[in-house]
Parts: sequence; structure tokens; C-alpha cells
Amino acid sequence: MEKRVVFRNPVLPYLLLAPQIAITLIFFIWPASQALYQSLLQQDPFGLRTTFVWADNFIDLFSQADYLNSLQVTTVFSISVAVLALSSALYLAVQADRVLKGAMAYRTLLIWPYAVAPVVAGVLWLFLFNPTLGIAAYWLRELGYDWNHTLNGGQAMTLVVVAATWKQISYNFLFFLAGMQAIPRSLIEAAAIDGAGPVRRFWTIVFPLLTPTTFFLLVINIVYAFFDTFGIIHSVTEGGPAGATNILVYKVFRDGFLNLDLGGSATQSVVLMTIVIAFTVIQFRYVERKVHY
Amino acid sequence: MVGARPWLNILTHVILILGVLIVAFPIYVTFVASSHELEALLQTPIPLVPGGELLNNYTAALTKGAKAVGAPVGVMMLNSLVMALGIAFGKIAISIIAAFAIVYFRFRFRMTAFWMIFITLMLPVEVRILPTYKVVADLGMLDTYGGLIIPLIASATATFMFRQVFLTVPDELAEAARIDGAGPLRFFWDVLLPISRTNIAALFVILFIYGWNQYLWPLLITTDESLYTILIGINRMLAAGDDQAEWQIIMATTMLAMLPPVLVVVSMQRLFVKGLVETEK
Amino acid sequence: MAGINLRGVVKAYGKTQVIHGVDCTIVDGEFLVIVGPSGCGKSTLLRMIAGLELITGGEISIGDRVVNDLEPAERDIAMVFQNYALYPHMTVYNNMAYGLKIRGLAKADIDARVRKAAEILALDDDLLRRTPRQLSGGQRQRVAMGRAIVRQPSAFLFDEPLSNLDAKLRVQMRLEIKKLQKDLGITSVYVTHDQVEAMTLGHRLLVLNAGIVEQIGAPIELYEHPATLFVAGFIGSPAMNLLPARIGEDGGRVELSGGDGLPLPPGRFAAHAGRTVTAGIRPEHFEMVADDQSNGHGVARLAVDVVEQLGADTLVHGHFGTDRGVLTVRLNGTQDLQSRQVLPMSVQPELIHLFDPDSGRRLGG
Repeated sequence: MEKRVVFRNPVLPYLLLAPQIAITLIFFIWPASQALYQSLLQQDPFGLRTTFVWADNFIDLFSQADYLNSLQVTTVFSISVAVLALSSALYLAVQADRVLKGAMAYRTLLIWPYAVAPVVAGVLWLFLFNPTLGIAAYWLRELGYDWNHTLNGGQAMTLVVVAATWKQISYNFLFFLAGMQAIPRSLIEAAAIDGAGPVRRFWTIVFPLLTPTTFFLLVINIVYAFFDTFGIIHSVTEGGPAGATNILVYKVFRDGFLNLDLGGSATQSVVLMTIVIAFTVIQFRYVERKVHY
Repeated sequence: MVGARPWLNILTHVILILGVLIVAFPIYVTFVASSHELEALLQTPIPLVPGGELLNNYTAALTKGAKAVGAPVGVMMLNSLVMALGIAFGKIAISIIAAFAIVYFRFRFRMTAFWMIFITLMLPVEVRILPTYKVVADLGMLDTYGGLIIPLIASATATFMFRQVFLTVPDELAEAARIDGAGPLRFFWDVLLPISRTNIAALFVILFIYGWNQYLWPLLITTDESLYTILIGINRMLAAGDDQAEWQIIMATTMLAMLPPVLVVVSMQRLFVKGLVETEK
Repeated sequence: MAGINLRGVVKAYGKTQVIHGVDCTIVDGEFLVIVGPSGCGKSTLLRMIAGLELITGGEISIGDRVVNDLEPAERDIAMVFQNYALYPHMTVYNNMAYGLKIRGLAKADIDARVRKAAEILALDDDLLRRTPRQLSGGQRQRVAMGRAIVRQPSAFLFDEPLSNLDAKLRVQMRLEIKKLQKDLGITSVYVTHDQVEAMTLGHRLLVLNAGIVEQIGAPIELYEHPATLFVAGFIGSPAMNLLPARIGEDGGRVELSGGDGLPLPPGRFAAHAGRTVTAGIRPEHFEMVADDQSNGHGVARLAVDVVEQLGADTLVHGHFGTDRGVLTVRLNGTQDLQSRQVLPMSVQPELIHLFDPDSGRRLGG
């Protein structure tokens, strides 16, 4: 879709674009190309000479046990978050859609975790499950289950998954509810006349019609789990214990910023960029736009 | 509703209320903790009804902060506010003029500019941490508001949203303005801005939350305590370790960190939903 | 006030030419209607006059100025758009005042002009304070005209201004526009695809087809002497019947493909004797005759397919003899007719139009 040519001016459009383009070049494209460049170089131990090593850094990276571990952790983490956040939001949205009066009130009561920063979400859950003073940890102990996520990797993973899911449910709920309310009532009524009960109506009518929304949300949720959960990891586990929650984004931060491994961090950055590009392509190629409303 | 049965309705409400309670529970515990003395929080189990120290804790947090961090939370909230407003206004300003150029003009490198902006979608700060830090350091922008805000205000999402909005504005409106004698800037200011105002407001809500909740970037570039945002402040308070952590202050700070964005979302729900849906188009 | 002059006006997008050289002189105070089917280039032509489209070739002048390279605002014209293009966030008053403000007119002048235009268009004070959203379609239309009037331009340009209105309102607004143009006496160019609008509004019509001017002339002239097959088929409702035919060897008869023949005015087509033609006969020009009157006159026998009773007149759809092509005949009043009935029809010789089927040009002057 294009406008008919409307305004002609030799300089104005460039001036209007200048701020956006300048920031893009200086803070996005230049640093990204630096990372790309460095990922192809190797520095000697004294930092005096650099040599061009092609893919060596990448081969090296993918042969490191802790990087492979991080990949695995990220996969488990993001799939768990996506599945949990999507299914619980869908469940709640189905319920809210059922009560015509009050659906908006429940929406109000459920959407605000979207506004909570990931790091804050982490702190909330950290406090609940703090091994010494957390109320949830206390209850678990009363039930005979010993909770200490600072020592137990599985528990640490559970905790960050729960915190990340908690924050994402509101977003998914909003889109599911909107998607469901966009389904014409007449379709549901036709199915009811055909004798389909509520559960059957959901699986044969509502859920198929929600497929585009679900797919869109799946991509968004995985991207969220990959990149936006840094604050949760940083505040709750710092990647521990023993790398059990060391997701890729946390690892690149830690290796680069705390351990000052420049080359390694650049190589990891490039891998992450590839992942984002892949997600972006999926999102733009396969996710039908305007699936909602 | 089709096939409504009274008991089913009640069950539905029960499930929903349960959902709401589970979602709200962590906040409730945090709120309760922020209303007790530290001693009360160190008992097991910690209390689940509010205590009487609410005012004291919040006043202490706002004016003095935690012992481990040398800045009061009041200052941190101000920093967060500056950053959130700066990012929101900055993104809107540079995106709306960029979209205006792309939609209403034809010029060389138009598509180049378009793709260049598109690329920023694929380069979140998380994937270019170090080199971006280096650029900001080289420009002497570490520990400045400029360094906190400017690198974050390029926005493909906002630019595309405004492009979408402008594309739905009838061509005849711009033509009528031309016949009325309005040049491009005048048309932008007199017509395009006013008719986009709800879109701007909706985007502002989303971006304010985005800006307030920035964490990784301020973590990288601020070392000066007087520039800490509230989220960084919480992290620093926690970093003191379990033994010295002043939980009542940390919890009060956590509540304060949530308050502005949650208020914005709840009070401007309609705009918020509109913004959310539009930026995902 | 001023006339408008188009000389060899051409428009091309890249290599595709859409307007193939238009010449037309619109005199001061004239109401010219550009009419044609959608996609014929009529809006493009109007937009070139307005300055919203660049001119690829030729020259446009308004008054005594060549305006080819002038901005729309400098051409001293006002335009009314199909979708009105009112500024949605401004009140009606400000919509009308905006162009004057940009021009830097004094507040008092602006106010006087807006009030005067509002009075002419019967827009009351309450309406002036509303935004376009709060107006009905007809009111928006009036405001759009008001915005044009306050400018006191040398010319009004209308781009299908009535197409967004319902049928009843369209008739009413058509009359208002006609009256307004007459009262103000401002040169006007009006684009429409609706031939009824064109016939009722224009002093003259310019019929445009695929970027080519088919004919320019007064409405009745176009009706009585269509210069081309296109104009013949486009002007008039129901449309003229166009039938494959042949001129008899003596030049005095036209033989329809169904086998019947009708007499032609003596001598007029003598030069074209024996030629294959397209015969054009308007539905209202058929007359039902008794069979015995056929002597010397010639009748065509219409086999009736469908009869539509409209009260004031009756439309008969049928065909001639063996020809399967459908044609329409309009008869006065209510007629008691049956399907499959055969009706003898005659036509006054001078009301038969003949065209060259290849070039589409009118034959015999």
C-alpha cells in the first residue's frame, strides 16, 4: 500500500529520518557489525595481535560443555514458559469468555502483571521461595518437601519458569480473550444447535479458529523467554546453581561483562542475533498479521 | 450465552477468582512484608496479615533507602521516571517523523532507510551488549541520562505503527491541505498529529512501561549510585546478601517499583490494550 | 474569475499513457462536466487541473496564467472531494477557515467569509461548532462546498462529490450545486461517472473514454447527435440500442440483422449504400404501429421477452426476428403486453443513428 505522491521536497525527508537513522547506525548497526567482526578474529593472550580465524570461534563455542548446557537450559526454559503461559492463559480466557458480564472486570484483574518488570517478578517469587524466610518454601517444608533453589538445579529452574510464566500470562490472556470475542456468536450457536456440548464446541470450533492467535503468541512467548527474562534470572538465580538456569542471554552478559571474555561474548552475540533473525523471519513470514481483532 | 447453566456459571466464576488470587498472591505477600519490621519477617513463618510499619518503611525507603545502597529510593524513582519519559517521548518523536517521511515523500534511499529501521527489530540490546557498551563509553555517555535514554529510542515497532496509521489516513486529506496552502510540516502539525493523538497516547502507555522496566541497559551503563533506577536499586539491595538484606525496605521498594506502571496499565486500560494490539500489527 | 484552457494535455505513468492529449476551453462562468466510465482518466484530468498530479505534456492555464508548474494552493482553485476530505479533528468553522488562516487573512475577514458561506449553505451556528463526525452525509457535503466557497476561487473543481450520498439526497444536492454555481457564476469543472448527473448539471459535457475525448458539447447535442458509438451508448437512460445492420443498396433503408428493415432519411446515407453499420435507436424513439400502416414506412417486428411496467411508461425487452441480441423499447403509459407477443415497431427516419462499426464514428452527419 502506497500513498499517491503528495509532498515534494529535496531535503526535508532526509532531515526527518536523520535522528532515527543516526541512532540506528551508531547504537545498532555499528555495534552489531563489531560483534560480527570480532567473532571472526582471535586475539593472542597478550592482546597484541589478532588473526582472522573464520569459523574457529564458533566451532570452539559449540564444543564447550557449558555453552551446550546453556543451549539446553534455554530450550527447556523457553518451552516450559511458553507451554505453561499459553495453556493457563487460554484456560482462563475460555472461562472469562464464558461469563459475558464481568469478562472485562476479570481482564482488569488479570492484566496488570504485564506492567511488572521481569526483575521485579523475579524478586516477588524469590521472596516467596526464599529458603529461609519464604512462605511458600515454609509450606513446602511443612509438607515434607525440602526447598532450596540455591542448591537444587531443578528447583531453581522451576522457580524461574514460574516467575517468567506468571508475568507472561496476562499478555496471552489479553490476546486469547480478544481472539475469542472476535469469533462470531452465530458460529458457536450453530454448533450448539448441531448438538455439540461446550467442551466439544471448544475443540472443534473455538480452538481451530484461534490457531493464528496461538501461533502468533507461541512465537512471542519463545522470544520473550529467550531475551526478556534476563532480569528474572539475574535477580533469582544468577544462572545458578552450577549453570542450571544459565540461559544464553544471561551467559553472554556474564562472559562478556563480568568475565570480560570479549571474543567469546562476540561469538555468542552473533549466535543470538541469528536466533532473533530466525524468529523475526518466522514471525513475518508465517504469522498471519492482524489475526486478532 | 449458549447452554448456560447456573452451576456452570458459578464454577466458572470460582475458577476465575481462583486464577486472580493466585496471580495476585505474590504481590499480596510482598505488600504484607513491606508493612512489618524486619524482625517480624525473620520469624518462620512470616506473617500473612499486614503489620503497622507501612508508613515507616515506605518513608524510610523513599528518603534513606537501604544501607547497602547509597541512594534513597525517591531519587531512584525520579531516575526511572526520567528514563521512562525520555524513552517514551524520544521513541514517539523520532518514529513519528521518520514514518511521516517514509509515507508522505518519495526520495532516494527511501527503501534503504526503511530496511535499516527494520533491522533494529532483529538487534535487541541483549545480543549486542558489549560493543554497544563500548560505543556509549567512547562517546563519554556512561553514567548520564543521555546514555540511559538515547541508545534505546530507535524503534522499528513505533515507526511501523505510525506508518500503518498514516497509510489509513485518506490521501484526499493531504490534498485538501495542499489546496488550502499547507506545506508538509504544517500538514504534519495541524492535521496528522491531531488525528493520530489516540495512537500516540496508546503507544505512550506501552512505551512508558517499556522504559520504566528497562533493566539490562541501566545495569550496564550506570555505576554512579545517584543515577540508579529503582530496578537497579532493588538488585543492589539484594546483592547485600541474605544476612544483611533489609527485607522490609526491599519489599517496600519492590512495591514502589511496580506502582507507576501498574497504575498506568489499570487506569488507561483501553489505551493500553489498543497500544498492545497496534504495535503487534 | 477566469476560464480554463487545456491544450494537448497528456498524462503518463512511466511508459503507460493514460490521458492522450486533451484540448478544451472552458469559458468564464461555465459549468463543464467531465463524464466517463470508471478508469477513463476523468479524475486524473481534474487532478491535473488542480495541480495534484504533474502534467506529462501540454499546457493548462487558468485565467491568463499557465499553471503547469504552480502548486495547487497557487492556482486559485478550490476542490470538493468525493469523500469530502474534511479535517476530522477540526470544527466545521475551522475546516472552512483553515485555508484562509494559512493565507494569513485577518480574523475579522475570515469570520465574515465563513459566516457568509455558512449562510449561503444554510449551516447554522450550532453546526459550525460541530466536528465532521457529528454531521450527516448531506451536511458534510455542504461543509465541503463551504470550504470551497470561502476561498472565493477562480474555479471550483468537483471530484464525484455526490457518489457517497444515497439516491434521494443525491438528487437534492445536485439541485443545490446547480443553483449555487448559477448564483456565484464561478467557472466549475465537475467529474462524474453518472450520466444523469452530467446531463442535468453541465452547460457542456466532455465525454472521456480511455483517456481520449469522445465529444464535447451541450447535453442535448450529445443526446441528439452522438459523435461516436461510445457517446451514443453512454448518454441516455435506458441506453441506446445498438444493432448490427446494413445500409440498403439504394441508401434509403437500413436492414437490421434480424431481417426487418427501417426507412432512412432520403439522400443522407446515399454515399454509404451497401455498407455494414451499427444502427443506434433510442428506446424512447420506437413507436408501436398497426401492421397495415407498414406500407412504405417499414416496420420491425419486436418479439417480446420481458415487460417491465413502471407506471409512467413501460419497458419492453425483446428481439427482432432471428436476431438474438436483446433490445429495449420504451413505450408511454401502461401497456397490456404478453411475453412472446410480436409487436410491429416503426422509427422516425431522422432518429436513426448510424455508426461505422470499426472506427465508431457517426455516419451521415
